[in-house]
Amino acid sequence: MLHLGDLKKTPSGARGRRRAAETVPDWPARFAELAACVRDPRLRAFYAAGVLAGDTALHEVPLVALDVETTGLDPARDEIVSIGLVPMSTRCIRSSASRYWVVRPRAELQPESVTIHAITHAQIETAPDLGAILGELLPALAGRVVVVHCREIERRFLDVALKARLGEGIEFPVIDTMELEARLHRQLPRGFLARLFGRQPTPVSIRLADSRERYCLPRYRAHHALTDALATAELLQAQLAHRFSPETPLRELWL
Amino acid sequence: MQVEQLEILDFLRARPPFADLPEEALQRLAGAIDVRYYKAGERIVDFGEPAAFWHLVRSGAVEVYRRNGTLYNRLTEGGYFGEFGLLRYGRVRFPAAALEDSLLYLVPGEVFAELFEHHESFADYVEIEDRTRLRQVMSRREESNDLLSATVDTLVGRPAVTLPSTASARELAQRMTEEGVSSLLILDDNPEVPELPQLAGIVTDRDLRTRLVAPGLSYDTPVAGIMSRGVVSVNHNQLVFEAMLAMLRHNVHHLPVLKNQRPLGVIALSDIIRYESRNSLFVVGSIFRQQSVDELAALVPEVRACFARMVGEDASSHMVGSAMAAIGRSFKQRLLELAEAGLGPPPVPYCFLALGSMARQEQLIVTDQDNALVLDNRFEPARHDAYFKALATFVSDGLARCGYSYCSGGVMASNEKWRQPLRVWERTFGDWIERPTPESLLNAGIFFDLDGVWGRVEWAARLRELIARKARGNSRFLACMARNALLRTPPLGFFKDFVVESDGRHSRAINIKRRGTAPLADLVRVHALAIGSMSINSFERLKDIIDAAVLPLGRGQDLYDALEFISMVRARHQAESLAAGEEPDNGIDPEKLSEFERKSLRDAFLILGNAQKFLKYRYQPGRAN
Repeated sequence: MLHLGDLKKTPSGARGRRRAAETVPDWPARFAELAACVRDPRLRAFYAAGVLAGDTALHEVPLVALDVETTGLDPARDEIVSIGLVPMSTRCIRSSASRYWVVRPRAELQPESVTIHAITHAQIETAPDLGAILGELLPALAGRVVVVHCREIERRFLDVALKARLGEGIEFPVIDTMELEARLHRQLPRGFLARLFGRQPTPVSIRLADSRERYCLPRYRAHHALTDALATAELLQAQLAHRFSPETPLRELWL
Repeated sequence: MQVEQLEILDFLRARPPFADLPEEALQRLAGAIDVRYYKAGERIVDFGEPAAFWHLVRSGAVEVYRRNGTLYNRLTEGGYFGEFGLLRYGRVRFPAAALEDSLLYLVPGEVFAELFEHHESFADYVEIEDRTRLRQVMSRREESNDLLSATVDTLVGRPAVTLPSTASARELAQRMTEEGVSSLLILDDNPEVPELPQLAGIVTDRDLRTRLVAPGLSYDTPVAGIMSRGVVSVNHNQLVFEAMLAMLRHNVHHLPVLKNQRPLGVIALSDIIRYESRNSLFVVGSIFRQQSVDELAALVPEVRACFARMVGEDASSHMVGSAMAAIGRSFKQRLLELAEAGLGPPPVPYCFLALGSMARQEQLIVTDQDNALVLDNRFEPARHDAYFKALATFVSDGLARCGYSYCSGGVMASNEKWRQPLRVWERTFGDWIERPTPESLLNAGIFFDLDGVWGRVEWAARLRELIARKARGNSRFLACMARNALLRTPPLGFFKDFVVESDGRHSRAINIKRRGTAPLADLVRVHALAIGSMSINSFERLKDIIDAAVLPLGRGQDLYDALEFISMVRARHQAESLAAGEEPDNGIDPEKLSEFERKSLRDAFLILGNAQKFLKYRYQPGRAN
């Protein structure tokens, strides 16, 4: 994922208070609704595959870790250049079944973003348009709950990209590993003793690499969509192992 | 579509046993790997469940257990487990659990099998049977060493030049000049088999100078009068290394090579030096030229350099151990020559004994002196002991000056207790075997490895015979020796930068002699005593033990490899200390071991541990052996 700074300006203001600014849709109902009204057959098939009910136990949920690299941070102006995804469950990360695409953005490739994700002009010249891979991408996501680190990037960029190509966007539930970290580290009431002595709690970084380090996960190079998707998948398994049970219902995690 | 998981690929590419795989195999492997995170304490696999994956530890730490729950191995980043179950039974043989939060890479069984099938070096490396892996390491080393594999006939450049013993000195000199050789073999007629003349002696340039010209003998003197008799020879199919040892041991520079009892040729020191650039022969030669203890002590840097060269050139531990023992032996011999020159001839004959590692020819650079004196039975303390005390003290002090520190347990000829007439030694050894005590068992461990160095060396052979004869059927003694041999146990292996003990404790370093080579030598000695072997060297004892079939099939070879590997790690460690200008010792810091050495050392420790268990069972008191 390409995001370097804070995401304070994102509309949902995602950091602390969980879901205060965000209500979780009734996803199965929403999918049924969308399946009935979208025009594009690929999107219709995606929604028709449905989504599991919120009370499903986690260990029964097919998941897929997703990461995109983009030309910049603004979905209105910037575009997706690569997409990586790794199917997984609570038991196994199927990195052997990973998928990865480089796609050609319609916007100009900014030199500074090239230095971050290392995808060059030459690679993009020969790459297909995002529209051309939807027939592969959407079935790979269908029926699964998407796992991301920082949901705004993946959800909004995909939504905007589809609107530009099909005239209709996309919605899907996600489990956000960054949000799970935020819940743990940013929402705790300040301790009594800390208040007494007037100490400021040290802010804990919830960036992917820093979060991984807290779970003793190895340091991976960032900004490759596939590596970041794998890194996110591993982080989720670590979070689940430490803080949830296989029987935890899906609704406690998804957004 | 094969997608490259770059982090996985990079992880594999950087380490054994993957680094040597061809790129396409690496990519296929990286693409087939799945991943799973385990929380500390979580079970990973249970005994008996179907073995589906080969596990690589990507981060964290994992413990592998035996079926009975005892610790088998502890692994960290780069470690792997599960190969045993995959290859042999299709079921998990060693359960495993996460010791710390761990990320594991899972290689599907069929992908592992394919790699194992098609990539020999990979298979060698991960081969589940610890001992098989060690064997492959050792055999590759042996192959790569000319001295160990080349036979002496490859050094024979020309057919032997011979003369009958009736020829004259002049004929001999003419013949040597015509043929351009520096030595010539003398043959005697064999009255029983006329077509097979016997090797009677050898004459060298030097013999002509010292035995003919210098004393002013007639050129018509028969060669029988100036030749060296009792010639040391080697067989055509012996190893170059053995020829070198024969030269070292007997301090000769020409060795006749025999094939079917006929002389095939002569190999000279120079022929071997072409093979053997390590120059241990030169060191031995110069030892015998020194005229004082000071001059001998000045050779210590040369001895150390020779040791470092041999280790650096990948000589086997048997070669290094033998060469260093030959050097130590030469120091003793020269010191005894000097002692006798100063003190006059001995009042009664004696035999100077080397004990312990020097007798076993397993000497390295850090070693103390264990020695003793066997005196003629006519020895009378009041009349003779002053001489032998002075002699022994001279040798012992001299050895200390030459880098062989005094024995901390006082096992030295300078100690009155260890200067005894032959009959006393015979009685003492008999007592030790028939009525073992804790103290005598300890002594047996040192004294039963004995070699005659100087004087009446045949007495040493006589004592060895007595030990072999008496110990052999004595199950009580053997049981005591076996119990003694179990006092020092090997560690379990390594984890991060620590040594792991079998109870899971960590230590910072390991004394590789006390925990490795010494218990191995002890163990081998017990088996050797049980079968009445007369060999002193542990490797030779192991050959006898293998021939006698007292060990389960294959275990003798395993022990051989384990001893070789542990000894080499020890030798390398000492050589590295020398190179770094530090005083060498036996303490190994795990941090300085390569991943490969750790793995192989662990294999060797496992073999030793298992062999100790077998020893305990094999020599139970009261069991008929």
